Amino acid sequence: MSMEKHNFKQEINITPELMARINELTSRYPEDKRKSALIPVLHEVQDAHDHWLSYELQDKVAEILGILPVEVYEVVSFYTMFNRRPIGKYMFEFCQTSCCVTRGVENLMDYTCEKLGVKIGETSPDGLFEVRGVECLGACGYAPMLQLGDFYHENLTKEKVDQLIDDCKAGKVTLLDK
Amino acid sequence: MGKKILLDKINIPGIKTYEVYRQNGGYASVEKALKQMTPDEVTEEVKTSGIRGRGGAGFPVGMKWSFIDKKSGNPRHLVCNADESEPGTFKDRYLMEYIPHLLIEGMITSSYALGANLSYIYIRGEYMWVYKILERAIAEAKAAGWLGKNILGSGYDLDLYVHVGAGAYICGEETALIESLEGKRGNPRIKPPFPAVKGLWQNPTVVNNVESIAAVPWIVLNTGEEYAKIGIGRSTGTKLISASGHIKNPGVYEIELGLSVEEFMNSDEYLGGMYDDRPLKALVPGGSSVPILPAHLIYKTAAGEDRLMSYESLSDGGFATGSMLGSGGFIVYNDTACIVRNTWNFSRFYHHESCGQCTPCREGTGWLEQILHRIENGHGREEDIELLWSIQSKIEGNTICPLGDAASWPVAAAIRHFREEFEYHVRFPEKIKNREHFVNEPFEKVRHLVAKQTV
Amino acid sequence: MKVTIDGQSIEVEPGTTILQAARMIGGEVVPPAMCYYSKLEGSGGKCRCCLVDVTKGSEADPRPMPKLVASCVTGCQDGMEIASKASPRVQEARKSVTEFLLINHPLDCPVCDQAGECDLQNLSFEHGKSETRFIETKRTFEPEDIGPNIQLHMNRCILCQRCVQVADQLTDKRVHGVMDRGDHANISTCISKAIDNEMSGNMIDVCPVGALTDKTFRFKSRVWFSKPYNAHRDCDKCCGKTTVWMFGNEIQRVTGRKDEYHEVDEFICNTCRFDKKEVNDWTIEGPRTFEKTSVINRNKYALHVPKVEIKTEDHILIGREEDRKKISMIDVPLENAENSKQ
Repeated sequence: MSMEKHNFKQEINITPELMARINELTSRYPEDKRKSALIPVLHEVQDAHDHWLSYELQDKVAEILGILPVEVYEVVSFYTMFNRRPIGKYMFEFCQTSCCVTRGVENLMDYTCEKLGVKIGETSPDGLFEVRGVECLGACGYAPMLQLGDFYHENLTKEKVDQLIDDCKAGKVTLLDK
Repeated sequence: MGKKILLDKINIPGIKTYEVYRQNGGYASVEKALKQMTPDEVTEEVKTSGIRGRGGAGFPVGMKWSFIDKKSGNPRHLVCNADESEPGTFKDRYLMEYIPHLLIEGMITSSYALGANLSYIYIRGEYMWVYKILERAIAEAKAAGWLGKNILGSGYDLDLYVHVGAGAYICGEETALIESLEGKRGNPRIKPPFPAVKGLWQNPTVVNNVESIAAVPWIVLNTGEEYAKIGIGRSTGTKLISASGHIKNPGVYEIELGLSVEEFMNSDEYLGGMYDDRPLKALVPGGSSVPILPAHLIYKTAAGEDRLMSYESLSDGGFATGSMLGSGGFIVYNDTACIVRNTWNFSRFYHHESCGQCTPCREGTGWLEQILHRIENGHGREEDIELLWSIQSKIEGNTICPLGDAASWPVAAAIRHFREEFEYHVRFPEKIKNREHFVNEPFEKVRHLVAKQTV
Repeated sequence: MKVTIDGQSIEVEPGTTILQAARMIGGEVVPPAMCYYSKLEGSGGKCRCCLVDVTKGSEADPRPMPKLVASCVTGCQDGMEIASKASPRVQEARKSVTEFLLINHPLDCPVCDQAGECDLQNLSFEHGKSETRFIETKRTFEPEDIGPNIQLHMNRCILCQRCVQVADQLTDKRVHGVMDRGDHANISTCISKAIDNEMSGNMIDVCPVGALTDKTFRFKSRVWFSKPYNAHRDCDKCCGKTTVWMFGNEIQRVTGRKDEYHEVDEFICNTCRFDKKEVNDWTIEGPRTFEKTSVINRNKYALHVPKVEIKTEDHILIGREEDRKKISMIDVPLENAENSKQ
């Protein structure tokens, strides 16, 4: 099932800062329960590697935590926030569940896709943008909304999306809350 | 103006920070509990308060605490369920984002009651910035001596950490949450054993919703008896309601249980009525999994009584004419909303979120979604409506965890109350091709078409 | 502790599950099980085929359980009363589960090596319907190569997870697992790694369907054309006790020895299973004398029904005995004994 996914290459770089954060995360669990840190650790590792996790990188995480590679694959494939292929630098994840639909997210997604010249789930040719529909993000009262990196952008309008795209292009958007 | 006990201090500038929170009486419940009360006395207060779990199931919190296995001598854990993912629900996020120390205070006091020395807050991965807020708040609390060894010289030790998920609604189910906290896939466990006996790392564990835990400081400071005076009947206390949809003032509100639905919907203090002149069509009062109510059953029950915001009143009439308070995700629809499209939307959600472990849910949720998608896109058959009904009835009650039920109920309620709309979709496919079909021509204008035609 | 299933009572030890109690009673009360496997720790609870209705919780708390429960993971209580086959609600639930298992299952039984000894076929025979209500496109997966001995056919998988438990419990470095989630959950190594551990072949034996089959037997024969014989050899890796499936003098495949619930008595190693296909590798003990409730062995094997003490009223027992004689293979043989020994 996974041949094409396996073909992407990724440069692995576990910096001392990243390793320190991993150690801090594993210290939150009892000595013999290091596996518990898997999901928080994967987030950190993914953030430091262009927001995706190749199988080689997952193997590295398994090695760090002292678990089997397959235990990491199982977890990575279960949770939607882990990406197993390279993604656009700015991934617009629109919430497309009921409450956002009542406030017009579908039209807004169409607008965004058209503006960026991509289809849902596609990365733009320059690798900069990607648009995805995701399930409820818990911002129903501030619909329509999207998630970009670690942050929510709420009460969206076409104008706000335009501004956001411009800011991304100008490199003015912070993706990670570090 | 209803009584506020969770959000009473939310407007104080800087309440996010430890200093301001402490200056305004924060952490007093920890002082009171650790210095003046035994753990069992704290549990007893929570029992007396009658507070019911605020995550959706409504199980009494005090009773849940009293089930925890203290005999085995194994370490005990309190885990806070901050995996808020039920569509329509965003109250816990509000609480954690704007007054994080209230949750941490609640966690310390509650952990003390349970005799837990290692506790966790499990937050959904998408709330990444809130995760960071909590991490910082925990560090502040630790620096101020509220966490760690020998808190306040009482001899009680507590380590509290926040753990982040990575995108899975199912991890809101307590045993799936525990699996996820152990670094595994979020597959719900088979019960029994219940977490109170074998939970996190096979140790006795209590899992409580954010809002439930945040109410504990007030209960400890003001007694459970005082708490029980708020609210109505067995629905004691206040409840956070997160309101969304076609209303004027969406957002998070703290209400006293027992407020009438009509007042909540229409008063300017709360939702302020519909957001434009389109009429109210339907209401999902407690998050996507509870049955949808048609307009005529929203303000009044089938028996003609006022519908109140309480566990009992919202479920009055059972599944035939009632719904549930659930998690307090209050979603309002006007007549531009298409019930078929909305039901498909919910079904897609449950299909997407099914863990895949047990057969009825894994296979059934996808089947429901595909049929609803067909109907909504003009490829429905008359027999599909019966088929949907049959499939949902075969999923419900036959699964490992309640996700199967949650996927079934919205479909069942939509067919029960809005069957004509399904028939309209099946019989007039050309009229529903545009996804905004009810914007220009609401169903009330075309209802007669369905009535005339018989099969 | 005393439990009663469909009116038949039996004494069991504390810790016995309802399914185990039902198997002790035997016969029609035994619920079907697609994921539970008594030799694998942590199995069960997932397929929901074995749902039963607990009509009386226990002597101490006689309230019925509100939902049907999975009998394989629900412990017996003293005085518990359970409706299995006798309950229309249970029958309905089993029908539902069967339908759910089949909607996405491929209709490739004619070319499936499991056909004839497939638990899903048997389940469908008991609880299935002759028509389908599913008109959508069936789900499919990309094929994955997991090595020279085992064929993985993900489209047929019902996600019982027994093969994962085999890898977890019999080997030390599991390389496959359940990936993705929901109706896209699948058994995979993710990186097309060969599953070549010495005990990996047991995945084939525990698989209730044709998702994991023996590559060395692939398309060789229909299972009902070969005859099973108990055989053994000295093996330093496993018990060496197997069933060899023969066509004339040719050993077509080797499997573990399975009981009437299709569970192996003991797990066997890959050497015995894949590499020993010559008659002189084995000491052949004789034809299998077990009963496998499957289409292939109707009339082919002698029935072996373990003796169970059933404490119930005498006249019911007499009636049952008479019924049993009427339908029994032993007492009313269709072939003579000589034929079946060939």
